[in-house]
Amino acid sequence: MVSRYIANTPDEQKRMLGVIGAASLEELLVKIPAKARLARPLGLTPALAETDLIRHVTALAARNADADSHVCFMGAGSYDHYVPSPINHMISRGEFFTAYTPYQPEASQGTLRSIYEYQTMIAELTGMDVANASIYDGASSLAEAALMAHAVTERGEIVLSRAVNPLYKRVTATYCEGPSLRLRDVGAPDGVTDLAAAKKVVGPKTAALVVQTPNFYGCLEDVAAAAEIAHAAGALMVVVADPVNLGVLEGPGKLGADIVVGEGQGLGVPMSFGGPNLGVFAAKNELVRRMPGRLVGATVDRDGRRGFVLTLQTREQHIRRAKATSNICTNVALCALMATIYLATLGRDGLVRVGALSTAKAHYAAQRLGAVPGVSLRFAAPFFKEFALKLPKPPERVVSRLAKQGFLAGVPLKTFERSLADCLLVAVTEKRTKTEIDAFAVALEKAVA
Amino acid sequence: MANVPRDLKYTREHEWAKPESDRVRVGITAYAQEQLGDVVFVELPKVGAKLTAAKNFGVVESVKAVSDLFAPVSGEVAEVNGELTQKPETVNQDPYGKGWMIVVKPSSKAEWDQLLTAQQYEEYLAQGGH
Repeated sequence: MVSRYIANTPDEQKRMLGVIGAASLEELLVKIPAKARLARPLGLTPALAETDLIRHVTALAARNADADSHVCFMGAGSYDHYVPSPINHMISRGEFFTAYTPYQPEASQGTLRSIYEYQTMIAELTGMDVANASIYDGASSLAEAALMAHAVTERGEIVLSRAVNPLYKRVTATYCEGPSLRLRDVGAPDGVTDLAAAKKVVGPKTAALVVQTPNFYGCLEDVAAAAEIAHAAGALMVVVADPVNLGVLEGPGKLGADIVVGEGQGLGVPMSFGGPNLGVFAAKNELVRRMPGRLVGATVDRDGRRGFVLTLQTREQHIRRAKATSNICTNVALCALMATIYLATLGRDGLVRVGALSTAKAHYAAQRLGAVPGVSLRFAAPFFKEFALKLPKPPERVVSRLAKQGFLAGVPLKTFERSLADCLLVAVTEKRTKTEIDAFAVALEKAVA
Repeated sequence: MANVPRDLKYTREHEWAKPESDRVRVGITAYAQEQLGDVVFVELPKVGAKLTAAKNFGVVESVKAVSDLFAPVSGEVAEVNGELTQKPETVNQDPYGKGWMIVVKPSSKAEWDQLLTAQQYEEYLAQGGH
């Protein structure tokens, strides 16, 4: 059988079979158990013409419920912040879009400079000394922070608040399996980390205490108090933060964090059904040699002109092999570029407005939705742009009902925390209008009635 | 030929060891710093850390490479040259003097005799040094 997608000809196949010593392709496959093989041709429909194919795929895509087709109140780590149009325009330039690992200083000053600017902006936002060129996503950033804390302190336990994104926790658990690090939990029964309990769990074996702010439930944590607990035990303070909020909220570095990680998707990266995302990673200067990922630094050439180069590469696996700080020596350069353009487009005032509008609209929404009969705010703790609602009907059913009316109502918490099975996590960004929020409140009232 | 002081002992990994009453001062040889090129960072253990002979006790990083440092003798770290954090280039400038790295309180005397003499180390270098 000739296939247009298989590069070798029947003649070449015959010659290869000859070398192996099989009479036919069928004979080559004889060792594969019959029950594992498909006894009929693949059920593919006949090939479509290009116009028909586009029509077909467009119709399939239209069945998706996304933030363009629906009014989005979903968050839980990925947020419907506005993506300004210059971003797509600029990242589509061939020099940025097609190049893979463009890190030669002789040829890549533009890319290196954009990464340097990204690092500078992230360091400033997080209140840290140094940021890397990015990691895959918020989850892998946290996992790398756990490994880094272990390397720095030579201790074997990571204490995580239960209000840290549970998906990040799962990725961290996977990373910690190899070096046999023990993960320990601290509860957050009132929506924020129980710091009295943290004080009891954090001790001489603790490499790092991890809190997220705003945390998975949207509530603001007392980072300074948590940092005091960590530092009193000689552990590092790791804070998970969303940089798009940091125009309004204090940089965790100023509150005592030693490492700040987070998901940078909100900085101009489309949600894209969950990825690619942007792993933010920043640390204090004295920890830089234990920091994973690539770093771009500024320097001067022999004529004194400013230039950009990869810096401290001796930490990385192409030089240090098994002893590298991390075995991820790549980054999501294009997403980091989106964030750089985003921050440059908005500027300081723009970012402050995004944060201020998001939190104001979230508080308006919480007031409106919390006033729906039978519905209440689950936690009393201060929140930023996301909050948990307690519903009188199963949240999954409410979500599917509201999807039919054009709303992505939120994320049911049941799959993450069984004790919150009656809760729906609702996120509100600067994109939501008063009209949308009011209409959502009306629709929710009907859905839970 | 690189400078090999007569009063020191040596490892095949190019560390030197100098007896100082009941303790041993440790650094890397002139040959080692020449091979490494400009040293930009030195990572050393903390005072009180336990070392095992021939096992890694730290890292020296140059513009060309990163190399592990190997303990000439087993024992406990009594002193660490903190100056090297700010001035790692001292290792190049004065490898047998101000460029020292750690002082060890040895846990056994037998290991001392296993180390190379100056003459043995010179012969080792003459054969290529690895």
